[in-house]
Amino acid sequence: MAAGVATWLPFARAAAVGWLPLAKKTMPKPPIDKKSRSDEILFVNVSGLRFQTWKNTLDRYPDTLLGSSEKEFFYNEDTQEYFFDRDPEMFRHILNFYRTGKLHYPRHECIQAFDEELAFFGIVPEIIGDCCMEEYRDRKKENQERLAEDNEAGEGGDAPLPPDSTLRERLWRAFENPHTSTMALVFYYVTGFFIAVSVIANVVETVPCRPIKGTVKDLPCGEKYSLAFFCMDTACVLIFTFEYLMRLFAAPSRCKFMRSVMSVIDVVAIMPYYIGLVMPENEDVSGAFVTLRVFRVFRIFKFSRHSQGLRILGYTLKSCASELGFLLFSLTMAIIIFATVMFYAEKGTKGTSFTSIPAAFWYTIVTMTTLGYGDMVPDTIAGKIFGSICSLSGVLVIALPVPVIVSNFSRIYHQNQRADKMRAQQKVRLARIRLAKKGTTNAFLQYKEDGGLQDRDSDSTALCVKNRSSFEHQHHHLLHCLEKTTNHEFTDELTYSEVCMTESVGFRTSRSTSLSSHQGGSSSCCPRRAKRRAIRLANSTVSVSRGSMQELDTLHVQKTAPTAPQSRSSLNARTEDLKLNCDDRDFTAAIISIPTPPANTPDESLPPSPALHGILRNSRSGSFTHEAVKISSL
Amino acid sequence: MSGCTSLCRQGVFKFVQSLRRLVFGTLSKDKVDDELEMSMVIHRPEGLDQMEATTNFTKRELQVLYRGFKNECPSGVVNEETFKHIYAQFFPHGDASTYAHYLFNAFDSAKNGSIKFEDFVMGLSILLRGSTREKLEWTFNLYDINKDGYISREEMTEIVRAIYDMMGKYTYPAMKGDVPKQHVDAFFQKMDKNKDGVVTLEEFIIACQEDDTMMRSMQLFENVI
Repeated sequence: MAAGVATWLPFARAAAVGWLPLAKKTMPKPPIDKKSRSDEILFVNVSGLRFQTWKNTLDRYPDTLLGSSEKEFFYNEDTQEYFFDRDPEMFRHILNFYRTGKLHYPRHECIQAFDEELAFFGIVPEIIGDCCMEEYRDRKKENQERLAEDNEAGEGGDAPLPPDSTLRERLWRAFENPHTSTMALVFYYVTGFFIAVSVIANVVETVPCRPIKGTVKDLPCGEKYSLAFFCMDTACVLIFTFEYLMRLFAAPSRCKFMRSVMSVIDVVAIMPYYIGLVMPENEDVSGAFVTLRVFRVFRIFKFSRHSQGLRILGYTLKSCASELGFLLFSLTMAIIIFATVMFYAEKGTKGTSFTSIPAAFWYTIVTMTTLGYGDMVPDTIAGKIFGSICSLSGVLVIALPVPVIVSNFSRIYHQNQRADKMRAQQKVRLARIRLAKKGTTNAFLQYKEDGGLQDRDSDSTALCVKNRSSFEHQHHHLLHCLEKTTNHEFTDELTYSEVCMTESVGFRTSRSTSLSSHQGGSSSCCPRRAKRRAIRLANSTVSVSRGSMQELDTLHVQKTAPTAPQSRSSLNARTEDLKLNCDDRDFTAAIISIPTPPANTPDESLPPSPALHGILRNSRSGSFTHEAVKISSL
Repeated sequence: MSGCTSLCRQGVFKFVQSLRRLVFGTLSKDKVDDELEMSMVIHRPEGLDQMEATTNFTKRELQVLYRGFKNECPSGVVNEETFKHIYAQFFPHGDASTYAHYLFNAFDSAKNGSIKFEDFVMGLSILLRGSTREKLEWTFNLYDINKDGYISREEMTEIVRAIYDMMGKYTYPAMKGDVPKQHVDAFFQKMDKNKDGVVTLEEFIIACQEDDTMMRSMQLFENVI
């Protein structure tokens, strides 16, 4: 029930006195209203802007935040008001809803911000008043379309394929997104070239060439150089057939592919050739065969794979189908009307060209589209009058649906442009996200390095540790807890990949031998780094001293230069257990585990089960700075 | 014949008008603005003090009542359509329009088709804070549709039918036979002392005061506000 009706309820209840004389039984007891009847003014402070309203106003909608007891959570005892840390401008609309019962959508606000406010205050958007509902819906649909485009662009073909994709999948990708690989690009351009060649050949072979010596008649070039043209045609058709078969093979859903428009165009483009091959040189049949050759011109439609503009045009026409249909229908009506009128108007004239109504169709069409060939002209005055009316109305009828089509085209074109821009920005965005992620991952490892994990009270705690925000402290504490839980530690990509490599080289701990059996492709990982010592890895114990971390850092700094072999013996005591999955340098990330007793029996330490450690992907960072590349579990 | 001529003349005039509009277009200045000058009737109630004197409500109560009323009807009056609509929302099961009509007439003391705030408050004052006699008088007024001082059987049947209409079709137990008629018969049995087919105000009041059930029920409606 509308809130306003609640105002009338006491009235209706009072009027129930009118039923009493008729009632045979006693009336039931009225409900006892425990809460105080007196109306009070509530103060609502939204980011500093103070609103005041009657309590009754808010109580009108008990299933919203302000109408229910949920608002008590926001009550500030000291200032005796309800404080909300939200946008005061938006709140104005929310409060007006309570006051008037109608929710309005402010046109200048972002639709998402508005939706969020509504969700916060527990108001369903469906109750937006009629005055603003249309605008709201339009904006919401636009926004959703844009989000959908974003998602599509995001998962769009530019993302690298999973490494375990089959040949089919890779082939399909190459066909759909030619710019992903060089081969695909080459193929794309080659097919484009051959389409052009085929079309030009089709056109040129009808041009009259100089006649062969001895004859007088001009021959079309196609007949003069019939062999050459035939060879060219064959080559093109071979390429097209090959392309079509490859696409068919690679398509994830062959049925769907065969039904798609492009596939139909492909088939229609190459069919005439094959039909011509099997066709006998029969006089009767070759007449039909000649018409088939017309279909060769469909090859030009194959260009739509190469041109986005063509695709947009095609899509526009498809989406404007109803307008085009209407145009056609109205034109047909007008043509029939005017043709009839012209025929009867010109019936009397001798030698008139308006021999029948269908014959008059031609005149009507030519006049309505303002072509005016002049092959059929009315002679009578009536015919001329009607002819002029016909041409004037033709202009009108054709002009009407055109703006709709144009606006559709413009909308689709802009959408496409936006999608392209989005794709370009996507790369930048992703790079920025990666950088931010790296920042956080670096922070934790830097924190550890700075000894933040040590006892805070000690004076030796570095200043840089103290200067971190409380949020960071808590965050790092959380990561630390995770380390303790899993008995593993965070480390960075480089150290991990190096461990992986030194393990493959045959690190002297007995660990390595047991590990090497699990390593499968470990020999493939970073063979070039075999020279580098993986001593850096050894120091990532929790209770690492600053000194060893420094050693770690210095080693990092010296990364590029081949370092002198350091004594491995000192590091034997600490053994690592690594998750080795590094067949690709780019994605190393690991949690180095430290068995709790730094014993010499690495075999008894945690088994290298794949499930234990979280393998994270992390892009390689090129910056081998003091902080190096560190990994976090985020 | 003269009627024909005038009709013809009107027709010709209209035709000429439409032709004129066709030829010259309708880009003339909007003359329909005059029509849009709708009569916005706004009614303001008399002063708070006066109202406090004439009704049994306190100032605060009147304030609360008026705020709600004004919020619902910014123009200050309720017309019958709105009233029926509101009542229909309270009784969605059946058809409350007939009863709302009678109720409207009971409140509309000035009989001008709209309820002002004063009528609203007067009615409420009687119903909630009035004496028993006042309440019964009000109820009698409600039943007496033509306000002639007598409740006839037809009037009562109308009222009872209207009330039963509000119940709707789906009741338990299902209504068998002409239940309103039976109800009216029972009512007249009780009320019509001298069996003359109509109930006067005095008969009504006496009969009701004899009815203990009703007297008890009357007390229950005191705390609606």
